Amino acid sequence: MAIEIKTASIEPIRHTFSNVARRQGADKPASRYLEAMYDLQPTVNFHYRPLWDPDHELYDTGRTAIDMADWYAFRDPRQFYYGTWTITRSKQQDVAERNYAFVDKRNLLDLVGAGTRERAEAVFVPLRHAEYAANLNNMYICAYGYGTAITQAASFNAVDRLGIAQYLSRIGLMLDGNTCESLDRGKQAWLEAETWQPLRRLTEDLMVTRDWFELFVAQNFALDGLSFPLVYERIDGELQKDAGSTISMLNEFMNEWYGETSRWVDSVLKTAAAESDANKAQIEQWARHWCDRAGEALQPVATEVFGERADEVMAGLREELATRAKKKAGLDIE
Amino acid sequence: MAAKRLNLREKYQKFTRDLAWEPTYQKKSDIFPQTEFEGIHIHDWDKWEDPFRLTVDAYWKYQAEKERKLYSIIDAFSQNNGQLNVTDARYVNALKLFLTGISPLEYAAHRGFAMAGRQFGGVGPQVACQMQSIDELRHCQTQIHTISQYNKYFNGFHDWNHMHQRVWYLSVPKSFFDDAMSAGPFEFVTAISFSFEYVLTNLLFMPFMSGAAYNGDMATVTFGFSAQSDESRHMTLGLEVIKFMLEQDERNVPIVQKWIDKWFWRGYRLLSLVSMMMDYMLPKRVMSWKEAWEMYFEENGGALFEDLSRYGIRMPKYWEVSVKEKEHLSHQLWATFHNFGHAAAFHTWIPEESEMQWLSEKYPDTFDKYYRPRFEFWRQHTKEKGRWYNPTLPMLCQTCQVPMLFTEPDDPTQICYRSSQYNGEQYHFCSDGCKDIFDDEPEKYVQAWLPVHQIYQGNCGGASIPEVLEYYHLVDGQDNKEYLESNDRANWLRWKGMADTEADREVQAVVNE
Repeated sequence: MAIEIKTASIEPIRHTFSNVARRQGADKPASRYLEAMYDLQPTVNFHYRPLWDPDHELYDTGRTAIDMADWYAFRDPRQFYYGTWTITRSKQQDVAERNYAFVDKRNLLDLVGAGTRERAEAVFVPLRHAEYAANLNNMYICAYGYGTAITQAASFNAVDRLGIAQYLSRIGLMLDGNTCESLDRGKQAWLEAETWQPLRRLTEDLMVTRDWFELFVAQNFALDGLSFPLVYERIDGELQKDAGSTISMLNEFMNEWYGETSRWVDSVLKTAAAESDANKAQIEQWARHWCDRAGEALQPVATEVFGERADEVMAGLREELATRAKKKAGLDIE
Repeated sequence: MAAKRLNLREKYQKFTRDLAWEPTYQKKSDIFPQTEFEGIHIHDWDKWEDPFRLTVDAYWKYQAEKERKLYSIIDAFSQNNGQLNVTDARYVNALKLFLTGISPLEYAAHRGFAMAGRQFGGVGPQVACQMQSIDELRHCQTQIHTISQYNKYFNGFHDWNHMHQRVWYLSVPKSFFDDAMSAGPFEFVTAISFSFEYVLTNLLFMPFMSGAAYNGDMATVTFGFSAQSDESRHMTLGLEVIKFMLEQDERNVPIVQKWIDKWFWRGYRLLSLVSMMMDYMLPKRVMSWKEAWEMYFEENGGALFEDLSRYGIRMPKYWEVSVKEKEHLSHQLWATFHNFGHAAAFHTWIPEESEMQWLSEKYPDTFDKYYRPRFEFWRQHTKEKGRWYNPTLPMLCQTCQVPMLFTEPDDPTQICYRSSQYNGEQYHFCSDGCKDIFDDEPEKYVQAWLPVHQIYQGNCGGASIPEVLEYYHLVDGQDNKEYLESNDRANWLRWKGMADTEADREVQAVVNE
């Protein structure tokens, strides 16, 4: 039987904010995502030119070669605003915490062969520095990008990347028994080992890339699009042969994160490319260029694990990425 | 294998600073191109003391917990029409000022701290600024979600960000943040983290959130409680920023002092809007502006600057003027808004007799002498000839953009006028503080988008009031003008089942005993 609670009902005089109503074409109730995302960034009547960039306004569409009639077309398929983002991440963080505790409590890493442990350390630990660069790059997109739709998502991505850098550091500490030796070795390798120099060079080049949308393509599509599948699928799969699922449990966050984040990246690219042929051509040119750079940069890392098969692995990843670009974003980057 | 445990400090060091490296393929000055142009000398970024050691996983955990609680209360508030429980519909006007004036600044802080979090050359300050950046986004978004319910039942909220970028008095908060963001990263954090968050935040946050608590606004006060722990992190960052710059190089001291002087005055002028909110807009008052200024600036601020004197830092210039003005500020502001209430996105009214009594008690030396007669005159005028609005446009201060309404520090009967010449043009200021700021960077402040000038230049839809209101998206007769004649009041009486019988239509006072 349905029980009805009587409440005083009063009629609202409007259902959402005017800017949201204009975008929806009607005054109808809007989601929390839309009310706290649309038009947050000022667009007109700026008072002073930035001392650090007098050629542009504080917020300026001219900081990228990409052109959009409406910058709020970049709606996030995940509908992340601060609340939904933190709550999603805290759930994933709970799972990660349980995984780490499980591996720790059962001493599962002790069951993994020394060679596999060394290999895991050699691949995962130096990557925390690459994640730090990804953090700064996404902060750059948030800082200098245009329109809250894309900039807020970039700020979440930036903090995610710092989180991943910290998970990778924890993996190092678990492997070295909290001595920090793995972190020191990893940093040494990042700075000096031949394996890591092309990737370090690429990350430093990205940190001076000025067009924020190019940076988005280079970091979030090209480099992530090759490195995450390489590291957290291919290399992880290789390590599983000896380590079982122990190391995969420690990587679960990154794996899941990449799948989720790719949906956002693909939708941004698809929207920008669908806007105009000029956008599409520009993005394709950037994507090809940075995929080439990322492929070259990751080749030596793949070689560490796959030896002679590295070429084949990297070619396969590049092909998969091209397929993804075609299918999800309508881009031709073969 | 018995693993040793890292202490928190070591762990945090490895999880943040140790992630960075000395670049060799690109020059560090190309990666962080903004660290030198302001003249601040940093020798060792590692000397930065992390004010809080929060790893990202812990951040997610704490913040998500707070978000869950906050949104469940916001949901309950909407479900139960919590907006009907506020003391009086006049209270809602304080929220209108908040959403159009303050929430956009939370957003600006989000972007400004993203810039600083990208530009600083050390991981310590980068991470601290980045965390603050997303906290500020949180505040902006939770404020929108909290106030969304009010927007459904009251006028004046509906196009808050459109208004923020256009309406005359909202250029005061907007230009404040544009000013900070268009400076370099060090001045930005001095302005926002130190001068605003550390020195003045109690005078912004406290009045609105306590005002919400006193006036039965459960949604807003819950937001306030939820943001409190973020705010204390931000305040700690503000102090660390200053100490870090001062300890790095003594050449930084005069630059930092100049910024403190500037941003104290900028912030103080911005807070003049809050002063009228406290003394006039809250049906149930928390404390007077004068009391708040004494407690939070004169006492707390005084102690802070005494502590900073060992670095060679003194009290901000013109703080004595702020002490003299505390007797006058809120009255002068409210009188001005009362007269220009047809062009404001909230309602104005004459305080009712018991409220005047409260003001007399709180301002025994000034209210009865200078201000009560004006309000009584306007009340009489309204009864006899109808509500009067000033049909002209006010002259604005070139720096703070508040209309020229402040009086000489030592003569409350004389409006304070200052001016400077620059490139053959004359510029006007409300105070010595604002004139000094202009004189130090005239090439910056001549750029100001002054709303009144813009109207006269034809950039705001036209020269008539209706055209300008349309440009503002301010619906005439709904969003603006006298409270007693407003839809807000009529709706409120209807929803509350109250009859509109009082012959003289006095505002409903809820005065503290």
